[in-house]
Amino acid sequence: MRTITYAQAIREALVERMGQDESIVLMGEDATSAWGPTQGIEQEFPGRVLDMPITESAFVGAAVGAAATGLRPVVDLLFVDFATVCFDQIVNQAAKLRYMTGGGVRVPLVLRAMWGTGMRRGAQHSQALHPLFVHVPGLKVVTPSNPADAKGLMATALQEDDPVLFLEHKMLYFTPGEVPEEPYAVPFGEASVVREGSSCTVVAVGRMVQVALEAADRLAESGVRCEVLDPRTLSPFDNAAVYRSVEKTGHLVVVDEAHPRCGLAADVAAQVAQDCHGALRGPVRMVTAPHAPVPFSPALEDAFTPDAAEVVEAVRATGAGEPAPALA
Amino acid sequence: MDRLPAGAEEPGLRMYRVMAMIRAFEERVGELAEEIPGAVHLYIGQEAVAAGVCSVLRDGDHLASTHRGHGHAIAAGCEVEAMAAELYGRSDGVCSGKGGSMHIADLGHGMLGANGLAGGGVPLACGAALTARQRGTDDVAVAFTGDGGANQGAVLESLVLARMLDLPVVFVVENNGYAQATSAARHFSGTDMSARAAGFGIPGAVVDGADALAVRDAASEAVDRARSGRGPTLVECRAQRFHGHMEGWDNQAYRPSGEAERLRAEADPLALLRRRLTEAGQPADAGAELDRAEKESAARVQAAFDRAAQPAEPLLTALTTDVYAAH
Repeated sequence: MRTITYAQAIREALVERMGQDESIVLMGEDATSAWGPTQGIEQEFPGRVLDMPITESAFVGAAVGAAATGLRPVVDLLFVDFATVCFDQIVNQAAKLRYMTGGGVRVPLVLRAMWGTGMRRGAQHSQALHPLFVHVPGLKVVTPSNPADAKGLMATALQEDDPVLFLEHKMLYFTPGEVPEEPYAVPFGEASVVREGSSCTVVAVGRMVQVALEAADRLAESGVRCEVLDPRTLSPFDNAAVYRSVEKTGHLVVVDEAHPRCGLAADVAAQVAQDCHGALRGPVRMVTAPHAPVPFSPALEDAFTPDAAEVVEAVRATGAGEPAPALA
Repeated sequence: MDRLPAGAEEPGLRMYRVMAMIRAFEERVGELAEEIPGAVHLYIGQEAVAAGVCSVLRDGDHLASTHRGHGHAIAAGCEVEAMAAELYGRSDGVCSGKGGSMHIADLGHGMLGANGLAGGGVPLACGAALTARQRGTDDVAVAFTGDGGANQGAVLESLVLARMLDLPVVFVVENNGYAQATSAARHFSGTDMSARAAGFGIPGAVVDGADALAVRDAASEAVDRARSGRGPTLVECRAQRFHGHMEGWDNQAYRPSGEAERLRAEADPLALLRRRLTEAGQPADAGAELDRAEKESAARVQAAFDRAAQPAEPLLTALTTDVYAAH
């Protein structure tokens, strides 16, 4: 199979769907001169890539209004940190219009944004804000971790009738991967078992999937076999896949580069504690960034971001791989 | 859009019918404010703005409103029966009881919705205008906001966006003198919205918001500009709020004593339009026609609220439906 990058994979889905669906328009600051997934799309679809002034509240709100009246806008927010500028339009308008109108309005809208640490961009361009959006009913939240999923998830996002936050990890754009050439869709709400194992379930989000796999390699050397799950979409979230895995392994580690309090890791840990407590044979561990803004200093940013060593330590702290205690 | 009533009726009389319906609806809401759940913000005193602006709209056009949205909804053609039911949270309300007073929307009539955020609907209207532009139609959108909402960043950003894209949108700022309890003299700091619009490169007009015919003329010019691809306009309507910001909680201590009563006596938009429609040269039976319009509105509103106030079992299964599209 041919190999392309994460950015190219997203672009492929956009171009394919734009060819099928004339209502799709791309909107964003510098949209016609963008690098990355939308580069050059203006030449293929003239008049359907719209430059926006630096007015997030206005153009995200306009995208909501356009979606409600028949277009299917794909808005590039650039950095997810900028979503805070237009939180009203995302949280109060886009997310709630369907509900507040008793189903009378649909908002087929994709908000693209890059997220995460690694590019030394400091506290306002490096955040992992997905827990904020997962918390809000009416939004869907997607965090592809590899090129093949990125293409298939974007294809699905472009056929949804609800607002989708499509979060692209900035350190994955140039990651290569095998991607089928033909169009396909990856459904929302279906986790992917990236690596099978029997000792400990490791749920990892976005770029952390690679970190979890690296940790799993190291642990395998001492006979601890991790099962690595990539939820792929955080809303909807595939609880059942996590529960199935925990029933098998009895242990759970959640790895996310968002902050620890009220975050995705805390949420998954709580769901498992509530719904499959009986399967757990040790404490759940969360591996997250600290409760601190993203630092600029490269040494500090690297320390901020979860790494494989922390995941290894967390898996060991669950008791995974140790003999089961004798029954009383 | 299906404004009240259709047909070739003279615009002044048509607007009067709309204004009479708004007045009747809002007076009844005011009487029932303690019984109706939640907050209600009445449009009494500003009827000429919604009626005048919507009188020049047509099917395919859209409007977005504010927390004070009943008047815009009625002027857009929403059924008062479904609106009354919505105010009581009934499942047969225009939004199935899930929106309430502050979120009445009805896309079938081009109504993108009242809005809990004072300027929150303005970008939405820009979006409807963007849809029209992309599709190459000559539909337009109207963004209503108040003097308070006009200060919000989303509104000012929308002016930038609308100018840059030359969107077919009309910004209607209803300056009723108060942003909640803060006077426009204070929060506009000695300027006004139409002057601000000029700074964004957008033509601005100021019109007497109590005068439906004047509002209609200004709206007509702005809508024609938008329809013919000449971009946005901002119309500031100097209107008056006869009630407080909201019913119940607002004793209006921030207003000069007797202001609301004086405005009601001197600047009532229905009285003004009635004078125009019954002065010399108008048909002799014009006054009787207006009386009839008021009577019919009052009767229809009374029946709508009598029905809406009947006990109704809430449909608890609706709690978690309409969050996402059903697959």
